[in-house]
Amino acid sequence: MYACGAFLAGLVFGVGLLVSGMVNPAKVLGFLDLAGPWDPSLALVMAGAVAVGAVAFAFAGRRAATLLGAPLSLPKAGRIDGRLVLGSLAFGVGWGLAGFCPGPALVALGAAKVKALAFVAAMLAGMLIFEVAERARANGSDARQTGSSA
Amino acid sequence: MHNDWTAFTPWSAAIGGVIIGVAAALLVLVNGRIAGISGIVGGLLRPAPGDVAWRLAFVAGLVAAPMGYAIIAALPPVVIEASYPTLIVAGLLVGIGTRYGAGCTSGHGVCGVSRLSPRSIVATLSFMAAGFVTVFVVRHILGI
Repeated sequence: MYACGAFLAGLVFGVGLLVSGMVNPAKVLGFLDLAGPWDPSLALVMAGAVAVGAVAFAFAGRRAATLLGAPLSLPKAGRIDGRLVLGSLAFGVGWGLAGFCPGPALVALGAAKVKALAFVAAMLAGMLIFEVAERARANGSDARQTGSSA
Repeated sequence: MHNDWTAFTPWSAAIGGVIIGVAAALLVLVNGRIAGISGIVGGLLRPAPGDVAWRLAFVAGLVAAPMGYAIIAALPPVVIEASYPTLIVAGLLVGIGTRYGAGCTSGHGVCGVSRLSPRSIVATLSFMAAGFVTVFVVRHILGI
């Protein structure tokens, strides 16, 4: 049931990305190119999405569970730190180089674009590098804690 | 700065945005989850019991979207000008950056901004600024 809901949400999300033009890297780069022949369309994608999202999240935030009784897993307010900003900056550089962010790249993959496959494979490799680095960091701090308590 | 009004597609952009918002609403109201693509995909690389199926289902829905769309209308153009080496570097930066930054255009830019999360607003301003600067450097300084 929850998998069905998630599939439907992914499908609708993907259709929204297609309709909006976000799946087309040339259009995304036209939006990011302020000094060129600027195409402001994608600002309206965000405006449309946030207009609906703000209502939905305000409604969800007042509930203890979802409509089907699942627990709400909303992120807690975290710190604004170097990880957040540097990570987001690195993401923005990649976005500006290719014109792809994660969702549109997966949709373009579904449209059988071979170049999207190259991007998605590299993106997954990048995410895996993060996982390996995080595990190494966790093991390192475990070892330090064990060392200090011994 | 001059605007390219021939490329400007306000209606499809706004309607597409509303559809994206509906999808995010669906995921939070049914599954209780944030529609953040990088987080949903990244979570698959750290599989936890009972936490895999919905992630796979969401990604399958995204990948199936062009097939569903093509039943109703012709697919819009997808023009990928970047070379393969550029796509590889960009993909690595997007993969690593979205995981350290804990989100991308969907999780921070749509869901986080909708929730007025200060973290997400800072992240969104950061990746948008980096995107603007990168395109400026590539197109107008390097002239690629």
